[in-house]
Amino acid sequence: MIGTLLAELRFADLWNADGAWIVATAAATNAACAIVGSFLVLRRMSLMGDALSHAVLPGLAIAFILARSYSLGPLLIGAVAAGLLTTFLTQTLHEYAGVPSDASMGVVFTALFALGVVLIHRGISGVHFDTCIYQGSLETAPLYTIEAWGRHVPRAFVAPAAVGLLNLAIVGVLWKEFKLSAFDPALATTMGFSAGLMHYLLMAMVAVTSVASFEAVGSILVVAMLIVPPATAHLLVDRLAPMMVVAVLCAVLSAVLGYVLGVWLDTNLAGMMTVAASGLYAMAVLFSPRYGLVSNVVGNLRTSLRVVREDLLAMLYRVEELGATQQLALADARRAVGGGLLARWGLRALLRGGQLSAAGQQVQLTAAGREEARRMVRTHRLWETFLVRHLGMPLDHVHEPANRVEHYISGDLRERLQAKLEATDLDPHGRRIPE
Amino acid sequence: MTGLSLVDKVTIGSALLGGAAGVAGSFAVLRRRSLVGDMLAHASLPGVCGAFLLTGSRDLLGLSLGALASGLLAIGLMTVVIRYTRTKEDAAIGIMLSAFFGLGVVLLSRITRGVSGSSSSGLNSYLFGEPGNMVDSDLTLLLIVAGMVLGAVALLFKEFKLVSFDADFARSQGWPTLGLDLAMMGAVAGVTIIGLPIVGVILMAAMIILPAATARLWTKGLHTLLILAGVLGMTTGAVGIRIAKGYPAGPMIVLTGASLFVASLLFAPERGVLAKLVEESRLRMRVARDHLLRSLYELSEPALPRLDAVPRTRLAEHRHVRWWTLQWLLAWAERGGLLEATDDEVRLTPLGLRRAAEATKRHRMWEMYMMEFAGSAADHVDRSADAVEHLLPEGLLVKLEERLASEGRMPAAVAPVPASPHRLREEAP
Repeated sequence: MIGTLLAELRFADLWNADGAWIVATAAATNAACAIVGSFLVLRRMSLMGDALSHAVLPGLAIAFILARSYSLGPLLIGAVAAGLLTTFLTQTLHEYAGVPSDASMGVVFTALFALGVVLIHRGISGVHFDTCIYQGSLETAPLYTIEAWGRHVPRAFVAPAAVGLLNLAIVGVLWKEFKLSAFDPALATTMGFSAGLMHYLLMAMVAVTSVASFEAVGSILVVAMLIVPPATAHLLVDRLAPMMVVAVLCAVLSAVLGYVLGVWLDTNLAGMMTVAASGLYAMAVLFSPRYGLVSNVVGNLRTSLRVVREDLLAMLYRVEELGATQQLALADARRAVGGGLLARWGLRALLRGGQLSAAGQQVQLTAAGREEARRMVRTHRLWETFLVRHLGMPLDHVHEPANRVEHYISGDLRERLQAKLEATDLDPHGRRIPE
Repeated sequence: MTGLSLVDKVTIGSALLGGAAGVAGSFAVLRRRSLVGDMLAHASLPGVCGAFLLTGSRDLLGLSLGALASGLLAIGLMTVVIRYTRTKEDAAIGIMLSAFFGLGVVLLSRITRGVSGSSSSGLNSYLFGEPGNMVDSDLTLLLIVAGMVLGAVALLFKEFKLVSFDADFARSQGWPTLGLDLAMMGAVAGVTIIGLPIVGVILMAAMIILPAATARLWTKGLHTLLILAGVLGMTTGAVGIRIAKGYPAGPMIVLTGASLFVASLLFAPERGVLAKLVEESRLRMRVARDHLLRSLYELSEPALPRLDAVPRTRLAEHRHVRWWTLQWLLAWAERGGLLEATDDEVRLTPLGLRRAAEATKRHRMWEMYMMEFAGSAADHVDRSADAVEHLLPEGLLVKLEERLASEGRMPAAVAPVPASPHRLREEAP
């Protein structure tokens, strides 16, 4: 599969200057979005990203109609004005008129977007603003260049790159303010800088970033990049600074992957980058070491297997203690720890690890296994003694909790228990506690 | 139905859509799921494209079934993500929205590049809405979906109501809340998908949210809310499409709905901005009048029971209000028969004295309460009494009076009532 994919890719087509500029433009856009998006996701306002990237449309339209040009200055002013208006209206409707917060967001941004479409229809003829807003024109980005940094650079690259650096600078300067107002707005306000002001600043940044990105990638990729890479990073790491770094990396990776796949499949690049970012998110959902679904299942399975192994050993030790026979039928052993696949695997692991030895259909402990089993039984009985003596639990209620806890008591804790209980030879049931 | 002109067909169709969206959307808004409609609308795109790729036709039913499938898949995945990962609801909605829409754009661009003919152009109407394409079978489909939504709501009204307002209680009563939730969202999904070709992806969310949010400003009862939202939705759809002449229809419908919303926001009783302003200014007037009367009482107090005239200048000094505010207040009180004013003097009428004494009593009682029960210092109680005296419940005043009376600091609290001038009916023995 990978092989055919690589074979079909014509690298000459991929890695020419135009391709590099397309990837660079998308990467700059995605990174700029991921920086501000991290705060949106943490503040649980992801959908403000969706709302703002639509609601700036009337601002853009009015700016364009007034200035009669595509120059970035007026467009940015219009976008920031529309973005702040959206934020203000959403909050006011919610707080003053009692409209639920999600509904007020929905009302404001759809109404503004509709207004924008009508304004464009009326004031700007022959401009396919709407399609451009949706899908962008990443494919044609390298065609329009301007002079910057002493060389020809695609126009579409300059704006997002500059805005990305601006975002980075603002976040860097106001790092602790952003951090605090993201996690605890009330505390931020009591400490003397207004969380409300930070909120408006963040919204203005989102609006500026969306507009700077529209021309190249369209609103669909902006919304995706504001939300998806930060959410991916949130599944992978816990601290804010690493989260933002990972988010930016995911964003850049999505640009590269999306470009490669998009060229291969001959389809819309911005859409493919969105799909790539979502694919990365899906991978994180499944395989994130700490929060992934598959990782959790594997971790649980591993713990269950360990418990089964330890239960098997402890049971064989108790059988030996009775003295009648040192051997147990394989089937009986399996049944005693609940049977099923887990018991089968546990037994096999013990046999392979040399803790049990098998003779025909019988199993018995080896020396190493007996040593391990002795420790388990010792923990079990010490804990029972502790429960009875110090917590005053009745005799017939201590086996179950001890059976559960014994798997999680470390050697150190076991010896402390022993010290606390002082010279104890017998557990509350009168059985000997092994040394 | 074939006898209808295209304009009539389109009008009826968008009215039907608006009504159904209003009713289904009411539950989404009440359940705080407004933006799920937005997500559904976006998430239906890959389904539409997939259905087109499979069947090769633009038949509305086929495309809608595809849309429904991918919309439901998105809702399912969103539920899984919220339930089992640390991604929060807002981010989950955003992720599903952009992931599915991105996939849709990819498929769409494959289709338009592959076929590049008239057969695929209809798919673009899913993005921006193109009601002019409506044919008879579309109208029938709209009618069926609207009927199904209304039927489901009528049938499950009690259950939907309970789940909308107190889902936890519903669960504790043994109702299948998950299924009911899904039924509600299913209604929203059905309407959304049918509406896409008419108003487009983004603005479908507005059709879901606007009528319900508007109706919510007018009423508190669910019955009325549903009927009102339905009627508002129908009006929005029909009017919006009629005035759209030459403009894109979807945005015009949404702007019509938004105008209704803004109008309601201004003029609705109780929740409307104007109603709130009126209520607030009424309270302010009452407060200002009480303060004026108390000042007059305090200035006339030394000479009581004789009612001396108070010079306006002294009153202005005592009240610390702007001169013209004072003149206006005095004129208002004079119209109410509370005082007689000449050019430079003011005198309370007997009625005014009664009201002034009441206001002063409330103020002083609250000051006493603050000093004796809340331990405030004597020089700190005047302001807080100013703020609260107008809102004190009468029962509390009576209690304070009784207490003061029992301590002998005030005459007995029961108002002196003369004996009845006529014979009262005797109680039967």
